[in-house]
Amino acid sequence: MRRIYADNAATTAVSREVLDAMLPYFCESYGNPSSLHAVGREAKKALDAARATVAAALNCDANEIYFTSCGSESDNWAIRGGAHSKKGKKHIITTKIEHHAALHACKALEKEGYEVTYVGVDENGYVDPADVAAAMREDTALVSVMMANNEIGTIQPIKEIAEIAHNGGALMFTDAVQAVGNIPVDVKELGVDMLALSGHKIHAPKGIGALYCKKGVRPDVLIEGGGQERGRRGGTEALASIVGLAKAAEIANAELSEMDKVAALRDKLIDGILERIPYSRLNGGRSPRLPGNVNVAFEFIEGESLLLLLDMEGICASTGSACSSNSLEPSHVLLATGLPVEKAHGSLRLSISKDTTEEDVDYILEKLPPIVQRLREMSPLYEEVAKNSK
Amino acid sequence: MDYSEKVMDHFAHPRNVGEIEDANGVGTVGNAKCGDIMKMYLKVDDSEIITDVKFKTFGCGAAIATSSMATEMIKGKSINDALGLTNKAVIEALGGLPAVKIHCSVLAEEAVKSAIADYYKRKGIENDLTREMDCNGCCGCEHDHHHHDTEEE
Repeated sequence: MRRIYADNAATTAVSREVLDAMLPYFCESYGNPSSLHAVGREAKKALDAARATVAAALNCDANEIYFTSCGSESDNWAIRGGAHSKKGKKHIITTKIEHHAALHACKALEKEGYEVTYVGVDENGYVDPADVAAAMREDTALVSVMMANNEIGTIQPIKEIAEIAHNGGALMFTDAVQAVGNIPVDVKELGVDMLALSGHKIHAPKGIGALYCKKGVRPDVLIEGGGQERGRRGGTEALASIVGLAKAAEIANAELSEMDKVAALRDKLIDGILERIPYSRLNGGRSPRLPGNVNVAFEFIEGESLLLLLDMEGICASTGSACSSNSLEPSHVLLATGLPVEKAHGSLRLSISKDTTEEDVDYILEKLPPIVQRLREMSPLYEEVAKNSK
Repeated sequence: MDYSEKVMDHFAHPRNVGEIEDANGVGTVGNAKCGDIMKMYLKVDDSEIITDVKFKTFGCGAAIATSSMATEMIKGKSINDALGLTNKAVIEALGGLPAVKIHCSVLAEEAVKSAIADYYKRKGIENDLTREMDCNGCCGCEHDHHHHDTEEE
């Protein structure tokens, strides 16, 4: 059966080039970069090269890049370590639409006695920098706003928000896990102090991430260890994965113009869905929006059953419905945009990549409408609508 | 979600979907805010046998599968037998449900009871079933439960 992977915001396939770049670092150049001998020195050389590559992709110096185990670790380190490094300041500003890794790191700080302001978004899912400015206090240690949202793809005005944070003497962190590789990410242009990224969202493997810390910005150490990452993050470097991350970042940057094609397919998908399926709406504003993100709410149906039926047609997607998770509440992001709970249950996220073809989009546009219709015919909420339209 | 083959079968090929025009017992339980609503239609004959049953469900795979299974289990049965249908029996018949989906089976049991309560009500038979139908925290959520609460805007 045909399989279309439209869940790239969840994770991506490791690209062949990335895998090929990694392979020598398992059985041949397997050294520990901290070792003094030849095998270790070889590993250290590869580590340094990878760091320089990632730094080049973000337009920073190599010694501003710290490798971590994942995006969640980077978020936790930046937020908790960043807050702790600003001694005496006990206030954090973040938004209602952050990834759980960032949101829950803020919750952990609340338990320590920090006060956290959760700035809202407009109905299109955008943060208003004026709201951040209004929330600033003398004791604001950190402002944490994600660069691009994982569910609805909205891209936030990070540069403006960073200026506001800095004017108030706070650190500025952005979770750029969904942004890197999809849109230009230049840490100097953005003016942020810290920025998190993850390997598996950009065709590198799972289990590798990085945190950019501007020179002089030193979040308190989260993982103590043997002095790796210039004493800032313990743990033997996952060299093969680090090499993979560097390769993926290099490819993503070189092929960033390809994203225009992805954005064109995204628009075709959005327009096609809204045209073909009544009682549907796009979640998240059209622009600026991640090139691969489509998120639509369908009235009268529930997302998990939609996913199951799409899966039976070989289409892999995601939903903001509570029923597909262990929680009873639907997506906090959709609710933050003001979408009513019952409509949030009927949301579908399709996240495409540069591997997605026009045929894939046509296939989705062919299969999706009858599936939505089938579930609506089964839904008691649709009865009235169907009767009124007859 | 780790669904059994039986659940997937009833989800992909639900039995007894639809409405009964001349139903003499109709019950709706659940809440759109919680993500599931079940509506059950019964056709009960003079000897209190359920000759036909249909359902419509807004909800996840488990909600649709439990509705389908519940209708199969009460079709052709007496009202009394149908009242004895438990969520546990529905789960067993489906070969199990993931823990987070148990509430769907509770909802299916309640949908049957709600439709029977409506049948009694129409017949003018006094019964405390209706009182019991104040959704017993069917999905454990914190929203106020207004049955058949669909659109508020």
